[in-house]
Amino acid sequence: MEKFLRDAAEFVPILLQGVGLTIVVTIGSLILSTILGLIWALMRVSGVRVVSGLSAGLINVIRGIPIIVLLFYLYFVMPDFGVTMTALQASILGLGIAYSAYQAENFRAGIEAIDKGQIEAAQTIGMGWWLTMRRVVLPQAVGIVLPPYGNIMIMLLKDSSQASTITVAELALQGKLIASSTFKNTSVFTLVALMYLAMSIPLILLVRHFEKKAGHR
Amino acid sequence: MIELRDVHKSFGKIEVLKGISARVEKSEVVCIVGPSGSGKSTILRCINGLESYDAGDILVEGSRVDSHAASIVAIRTRVSMVFQRFNLFPHRTALENVAEGPIYVKNEPRAEALDRGRALLAKVGLAEKADAYPAQLSGGQQQRVAIARALAMQPKAILFDEPTSALDPELVGDVLSVMRKLADDGMTMVVVTHEMGFARDVADRVLFIDGGVIVEQGAARSLLNQPQHARTQDFLRRVLHPL
Repeated sequence: MEKFLRDAAEFVPILLQGVGLTIVVTIGSLILSTILGLIWALMRVSGVRVVSGLSAGLINVIRGIPIIVLLFYLYFVMPDFGVTMTALQASILGLGIAYSAYQAENFRAGIEAIDKGQIEAAQTIGMGWWLTMRRVVLPQAVGIVLPPYGNIMIMLLKDSSQASTITVAELALQGKLIASSTFKNTSVFTLVALMYLAMSIPLILLVRHFEKKAGHR
Repeated sequence: MIELRDVHKSFGKIEVLKGISARVEKSEVVCIVGPSGSGKSTILRCINGLESYDAGDILVEGSRVDSHAASIVAIRTRVSMVFQRFNLFPHRTALENVAEGPIYVKNEPRAEALDRGRALLAKVGLAEKADAYPAQLSGGQQQRVAIARALAMQPKAILFDEPTSALDPELVGDVLSVMRKLADDGMTMVVVTHEMGFARDVADRVLFIDGGVIVEQGAARSLLNQPQHARTQDFLRRVLHPL
């Protein structure tokens, strides 16, 4: 234990740099996946067959590709087509795209859970499609969508470790680098696990809060 | 004001409207009665473009109703609708429900729309409930807010789709009296209802619909008191004397 604490004092500052990048990757791809997911979901429920078909196809393609392959593609293949980006940009973009599929399905479920009568009531006071979404459907869907959204945040936090495969020195990669140079695998990976857990716990509490609120409706 | 010419409508293979022709004049109150599944609600929903129809024409003040055309929005602001299950927006207060259309569809100044909303809530007897959410209101109160919401669009006509069918019996009267007041004010109204007393006392004309056709129509009092057609007689007997 004493040895572990001594290792911790030595490694935690380095690992914290990784934590910073983990947070950047997570928040960046969370924002991107939320925006893209909302766009896919709105396309899906647009009622225009071509548009919703396009969205459904896109979601299935994204869902069918492993995140790690998507990251490799963006970081190693896209330069061949003249598109270069930093590892950090590629990881945010890749995770954002990958998670947009899950976000979209969650948003769609929330939108479709809204009573048809609400949409008809909006239409009869002259609201068009977008106004109906903005003023009537989406505000009601938020309560339904939030608990699963919290779970997506937790999954995304953990999956941000995949950015390590394209050289983003986030928490997992920092841990791996320290471990392979010091051979103190136990101490290092225990610290890494504890740090992920420490970041997850606030999110887990947030999900519980959302669920409680949703239950009150 | 509203005219239907030989309107046909099918859901899949089932034809629910088999050639409906009718006119509703300005300031007229027309009640549509008939057994459930006869197509009464579908007529209202077609007038408002909530359903499309397959053949015939529906005209509102001369413009043809086409649920897929952009013009439908303009028609809906002239013809409002009140639903059986109220369909108030649960995340907005009574006042916000009423002012929603004027503010966001008609782009009225917010303060003005809210003032008018308060006046309309007072008109339906709910001035003190302006800040209540729909879940805090009884069914009858919710339906009266829904009527105020329809009125807020300053429509030329209001369609009522079984407005009292989802209400506890003791709450029906409040809603009907609000509707009667509207009729007295000269509002054009098309009302699908099972309230024969309301139809007799308030409606100018009654259409009896069965099996997707208008079986009989005429002045409210005479049709309900002396129905000519056997199917109308049978229906009225069962509605008025269920035992």
